[in-house]
Amino acid sequence: MSFELIAALTIFILAVLVGFEVISKVPATLHTPLMSGANSIHGIVLVGSMLIAATATEPLSQILAFVAVIFAAMNVVGGYVVTDRMLQMFKRRLPTAKPDVDEQG
Amino acid sequence: MDAQTLQTIIHFSYVFAAALFVVGLHQMNSPITARQGNLISAAGMAIAVIVTAIQLLVLGSPATGETAALAWPIIIGGVLIGGGLGLYSARTVKMTAMPQLVSIFNAVGGGAAGLIAIEDYMTAVRLGTADVWLNIFVVLGSILGSIAFSGSIIATGKLQGLISGQPIMFPGHRIVTALLALIALGGTLALVLGSLGVINVAGTEILILGIVVVAALAFGVTMVMPIGGADMPVVISLLNSGTGLAAAMAGLVLNNPVLIIAGALVGASGAILTKLMADAMNRSVLSVMLGGFGGGEAVAGATAGAGGAVREVSVDDVAIQLAYAQKVIIVPGYGLAVAQAQHAVRELAELLEGRGVEVSYAIHPVAGRMPGHMNVLLAEANVPYPQLREMEEINPEFPRADVALVIGANDVTNPAARSNPQSPIYGMPILDVDQARSIVVIKRSMAAGYAGIDNELYHDPKTGMLFADARAGLTELVGAVKQL
Repeated sequence: MSFELIAALTIFILAVLVGFEVISKVPATLHTPLMSGANSIHGIVLVGSMLIAATATEPLSQILAFVAVIFAAMNVVGGYVVTDRMLQMFKRRLPTAKPDVDEQG
Repeated sequence: MDAQTLQTIIHFSYVFAAALFVVGLHQMNSPITARQGNLISAAGMAIAVIVTAIQLLVLGSPATGETAALAWPIIIGGVLIGGGLGLYSARTVKMTAMPQLVSIFNAVGGGAAGLIAIEDYMTAVRLGTADVWLNIFVVLGSILGSIAFSGSIIATGKLQGLISGQPIMFPGHRIVTALLALIALGGTLALVLGSLGVINVAGTEILILGIVVVAALAFGVTMVMPIGGADMPVVISLLNSGTGLAAAMAGLVLNNPVLIIAGALVGASGAILTKLMADAMNRSVLSVMLGGFGGGEAVAGATAGAGGAVREVSVDDVAIQLAYAQKVIIVPGYGLAVAQAQHAVRELAELLEGRGVEVSYAIHPVAGRMPGHMNVLLAEANVPYPQLREMEEINPEFPRADVALVIGANDVTNPAARSNPQSPIYGMPILDVDQARSIVVIKRSMAAGYAGIDNELYHDPKTGMLFADARAGLTELVGAVKQL
């Protein structure tokens, strides 16, 4: 096992632990936006798609990379925009309960 | 700046982007900071993508030290097409169809993760660099990505109504599902043993991986098909978690820190969220995955004995009942959402308030198609926030309500969840609508709800049924109340 791999697996395990802790008691109303938000984060595969596009020299690899970039870009852009649209709804009605957050929006 | 320094900066920029994901996700735990959290996470994504572009532009691929000739057309063209599609669909989708769209985004994310693993494997096999760990990460990544891809597409079809929301099973379904899992596992084992030199798979690695991918794609389909539509949010959340892990596997293959961290983060937090969602519906994740909710024989048992008479009421009767009530609780459900009746219901509520009636909305945690979906829909129609009441808060108030107006909601009001241990929804938290002094149900027909079971609430002598489309019925009600 190379040092690089050991480091990568360590990062992986620690990130899993952070993932377990980062979500605590979430009100049910936020379950859908939260899922959608997490959904956008795995759009990080766009970075991976870019990296394989950089090494793709054969036509088949290039086609796979092209489809991967399209898929991943759709995941990223669509995911963040639709999550924001959902959360906008919360923002607009929050002022009645918490007037101080109105200014940020 | 020398290459080494730039590489270090790039590495720490990735770590910074990953930290923004953690902070952003954490802020999405609370409604007050949620939107900001999403923006922070988006900033992290922008940093990760820009840094990767700089890497390819200046230093080339970390694997080969150069950037292939066609890389930029592929990346720029792909981002424009995919980003455009994502932007267009996210901005134009109706809020009622939003859960399907999230599921589609999950499908393509899983698909991309799977493709990365497959493509990288093809390169590694060609260069002869596929060691045992690479084999493990590639196989796991492509299996998880493929299941997320096909499973999410089936989930989308079910939510969209293209595929029946009822559980679908064919003869020998479970055996086929188990067989597909075995094929995927067998292929995995063959590749791992092959890379250890125990068996000789030289020349057939890509073929074996192809078989594993096809089996995983089919497994995703047979896994989601038997699950009822009401459980779809839990399934999507689980598949979302799977896509996260697939992304992390792609990260381990490419040795890219931001992919590893972001993927592991989504994988783990998605698993927690899946459990939270299942808990909100009083379902265990295991029973969801075993499927069959609201279908088959269990239903026949549950409906038996509930076939009493129903009392039909007219619009004018309901209008008088509502106008002279002191306290009205509106129970909105998915029927209201599909009929786009959010605005009509707000108009009715404002009219009643003008007459001094106390109006509030009882929001079941899973009203609509997903937790929180109904809040979003009503907020869009400008229903004042304080009138939206969560289940635990409003349930004690039902006995004091003169009228409970149920609009297009079904299973979440079914008293069988409290009283009938045989019912498939037994134990699910419900709104205690049956405790109101009188009940009016606006519903198109006597058809069963999403869980596919009869609702004894409709046979309660206190209940009046107004058979109408939610929007048409409410518009008529508004007219009738105005006449009074």
